Amino acid sequence: MTKAEVSAYATRLGDDALILGQRLSEWCGHAPTIEVDLSLANLALDLIGQATHFLGVAGDSDQLAFHRDALDFSNCLLVEQPNGDFAQTIARQFLFSTFQELHLQALTSSKDERLAAIAAKAVKEVAYHRQLASDWVVRLGDGTEESKTRIEAALDWMWRFVDELFEMDELEMKLAKERVGVDKSTLRVEWDRRVDAVLAEGTLARPAPRRPVLGGRRGHHTEHLGHLLSQMQFLQRAYPGAVW
Amino acid sequence: MYTTDLSGKDKKQPAPQTVEDPALLAAFEARVANDEFIEPKDWMPEAYRRTLVRQISQHAHSEIVGMLPEGNWITRAPSLRRKAILLAKVQDEGGHGLYLYSAAETLGTSREQMIEALHSGKAKYSTIFNYPTLTWADIGAIGWLVDGAAIMNQVPLQRTSYGPYARAMVRVCKEESFHQRQGYELTMALCAGSKEQKRMAQDALNRWWWPSLMMFGPPDDKSPNTEQSIRWRIKRETNDELRQKFVDVTVPQAEAIGLTVPDAALRWNEARGHYDFGEIDWEEFYAVVRGEGQVAKERMQARVKAWEDGAWVRDAAAAHAAKRAAAKIAAE
Repeated sequence: MTKAEVSAYATRLGDDALILGQRLSEWCGHAPTIEVDLSLANLALDLIGQATHFLGVAGDSDQLAFHRDALDFSNCLLVEQPNGDFAQTIARQFLFSTFQELHLQALTSSKDERLAAIAAKAVKEVAYHRQLASDWVVRLGDGTEESKTRIEAALDWMWRFVDELFEMDELEMKLAKERVGVDKSTLRVEWDRRVDAVLAEGTLARPAPRRPVLGGRRGHHTEHLGHLLSQMQFLQRAYPGAVW
Repeated sequence: MYTTDLSGKDKKQPAPQTVEDPALLAAFEARVANDEFIEPKDWMPEAYRRTLVRQISQHAHSEIVGMLPEGNWITRAPSLRRKAILLAKVQDEGGHGLYLYSAAETLGTSREQMIEALHSGKAKYSTIFNYPTLTWADIGAIGWLVDGAAIMNQVPLQRTSYGPYARAMVRVCKEESFHQRQGYELTMALCAGSKEQKRMAQDALNRWWWPSLMMFGPPDDKSPNTEQSIRWRIKRETNDELRQKFVDVTVPQAEAIGLTVPDAALRWNEARGHYDFGEIDWEEFYAVVRGEGQVAKERMQARVKAWEDGAWVRDAAAAHAAKRAAAKIAAE
């Protein structure tokens, strides 16, 4: 493995966390209850912390967060999707956190000590994210008629971004082979099992398979990312070189 | 954050007078005078209960509404460290709102009733949050000045007579003092930065200084409930005393980082051992209290929207909990 390869991989991990953290932070002050507001802020804080560490492996984390354009971001498409209603936020979180926990768990045995250490810390946080999101999927699924309709629609909306989570390319295959990275395709069986268990508890049907939307890892994002970045990067762009 | 003392307002509509048992009242007054804590199950005069519900719920509302002006900058924070600090800070404010609503609930008013009173405009919250956050420097100014003023108000409340409120204040004060330092540190960084950053910091001080002084409430001669509240240990220092303390502490902090307090009349008075300062624009204060603050409508709109948009989520959680409870009973 080369330094550049590890950096590219760490950037993917960092970008996933950063973009989802940014999205979740949009809820702050606007959630359905104070308790939910506090929990979403907690998730956002954990993710921004993880982003800082993973991007730090690749370089200067602020430089990477605030000075790249969309083509150089390598997060998966799921995390950049807008918050939508609370059901969409929960569906996105549930699908991603279930994946992220498995990914980080496997990464704790990475031969790269930095990645292994960050993963070991982060996996504990993400286990809680997965639990929180799963509880809400069950509550919404087995709540009222309206909540069931909304969470079904939300899962259906997000489902086309699921396959990308497990997508492997040449870089990640190489790193997985060298036991620095993770072969994400091997996580799918367990992911399916966990997701199905929660859906069953929430009396929800699994959305039908569909043609996946891909491209995030290669910098080809949905239309939403550019807007997210223009907001997130505004001060750094308006005052080049300023220290905050 | 803190709720402005708006107690003068209620004078217009005097609450129904309850005739209290003189023996119980005397025993209560004696306990309070002796600095004992009053607990939820203890007997208390109705007027004391009412005053506390009003004060604690105003305080809680202020924490929750106060999340909005700062929340306005979370997605635009200029570094990952600043983003995390701000997010954690705004989250702390939400936590304060939560303990304060819980403290008020021990007096027999539900959170829903209090939120309803906020949304209908019946309950007030601190006037300070009806000012807009226009630049990143406002985040520094709010931490430094607004949380700074809040600490002045709240430190004495750690010894307030109502136990649950006093205990909530102990935790709140620890966090607020951290926020105040973070806000000052943010402002310091701007003052050590470029010309544009320094201009931003000065502009924020210019806009937030007077509203911060207003946070202590009307002057003592126009604050009719102060005397009663001090006797009941609900308040421990007067509005003017606290305001003076705030000016005395804050002016040297501004000078230390090269900022100018926007008050031509400000000067050190050797004989008094305090700063003299200019006249506050009370007309503006009362206008903001009446709901005419620059972004008062936007703040309430945001709160009401969050509440209404979240109704189906709260309903779902309640329905699910009821189903679980029924299933558990059926299984037993």
